[in-house]
Amino acid sequence: MGFKEALAKGEFVITAEVGPPKGTDISEMVHHVEALKGKVTALNVTDNQSAVMRISTLAVSKILLDLGVEPIYQMTCRDRNRLGLQSDLLGAAVLGIKNVLALTGDHTTLGDHKSAKPVFDLESVQLLQVIQGLNEGHDMAGNELKGKTDFFAGAIVTPEANPFEPQFAKFEKKIEAGAKFFQTQAVYDIKKFHAFMDRASKYNVPILAGILLLKSAGMARFLNKFVAGISVPDELIQELANSEKPLAKGIEIAGRQIRELRNVCAGVHIMAIGAEDKVPDILAAAGI
Amino acid sequence: MIVAEPKKLEEIKQMTDKFDRILMVGCGTCTTVCLTGGEREVNLMATALRLARKVEGRDVEIGEQTILRQCDFEYIDELKDVHNYQAIVSLACGAGIQGIARKFPEMPVLPGVNTKFIGFNEEFGYYTEQCKACGDCILHLTGGICPIARCAKGLLNGPCGGTNNGKCEIGSDKDCAWTLIYNQLERQGNLKQFKEIIAAKDFAKAGNIRSMDLRKAGD
Repeated sequence: MGFKEALAKGEFVITAEVGPPKGTDISEMVHHVEALKGKVTALNVTDNQSAVMRISTLAVSKILLDLGVEPIYQMTCRDRNRLGLQSDLLGAAVLGIKNVLALTGDHTTLGDHKSAKPVFDLESVQLLQVIQGLNEGHDMAGNELKGKTDFFAGAIVTPEANPFEPQFAKFEKKIEAGAKFFQTQAVYDIKKFHAFMDRASKYNVPILAGILLLKSAGMARFLNKFVAGISVPDELIQELANSEKPLAKGIEIAGRQIRELRNVCAGVHIMAIGAEDKVPDILAAAGI
Repeated sequence: MIVAEPKKLEEIKQMTDKFDRILMVGCGTCTTVCLTGGEREVNLMATALRLARKVEGRDVEIGEQTILRQCDFEYIDELKDVHNYQAIVSLACGAGIQGIARKFPEMPVLPGVNTKFIGFNEEFGYYTEQCKACGDCILHLTGGICPIARCAKGLLNGPCGGTNNGKCEIGSDKDCAWTLIYNQLERQGNLKQFKEIIAAKDFAKAGNIRSMDLRKAGD
């Protein structure tokens, strides 16, 4: 069953992600994708993640289709203007890509080409509107398309953002602009997530909670220090620090988090960041 | 005002290397206020350049003049003995430098500063960008705080996921414009405005080769 259909049926949906490599050797990526085939409903393909230049997300999304895995094509507004974005969306549609995750994108100065001109001609809310327009059969300038798209568009939200109110208002704008599903930034504070879900559930938009695999206490501290919207609680850091096998502990923690979220939201999105082959272990730890 | 930063002496030394008689021109308006291109800075830069050339054993004659505005041709007319020099170094903004270049098309006109932005003088020696001159002002929608100039991504519909405790993802020393806008609109009891989707911007109005012709005002 496809991603959209599984969400519509109310199944607890699991997605994970694959980061396109920098370079033309895709063997490791293909290995990861194959390890996840059949274990997840769909796989996100990141778009020059963290503003680091890699293989195009469109090409890798097509490779996933060829490997028999449903892609969620991530599209950021950082590297292309409205012509480039729409043209790639039409390209994605004819290649058979159904799901698009609309993002603004990390700033160029955080990546590996710091001197690049950041585009941001559009941003996530407007990109969602553009996708809605393509689905209706017209481009952003109002020109009629010869053959429309049929995208299932989604967006992201950060339930632990600080301050939270502007983030929530933007979440509402994204729904208004056509977001049909959400994947969240990593969730660690279950209480905060519950509070978010209490307010979000009235919109009836499926939300997949972000599960970020913690591989060590050091990584957790790094996330707290450098990644906006992520706050790993001290107890978890202690748990990792006290463990002789931190990766195994991280897998156990992720499994536990999934169990806790099982009846709270529509599914989970697992970000294993380079350890995609551990996703089946996380699912096993979650009892799935 | 327009804010500019002085170019490094090394760069000015390089671009003036083949000239022995140079006119250095300051601007009495914006670059004077931002302590980059006024009479005082012309004197400092000229003195530094003279010294640098002396060290190399090649003296240079540098004339120093400052006019009220280099972006106004009537003030440029006040410059004296320009043709006694081989080149002009202008310490005005990019418009001022080009004002001089247009008035003296036969002379090489060299930039002595890097023009940075339109902004405020927050405190002594500290300036911040406020306006991108995008040609399509939306400050009435954003509580008088410009996200085009002050959000790193120029976003129009709220903060990105990189916002962190009211600071920007590109640097914790920079305010998140959209947090400021939210707080401002809340203060004004106008959060309804925040929830309105602002349409994609018409960047044609921010494009290159812009002009404004009041003669066509009747159109």
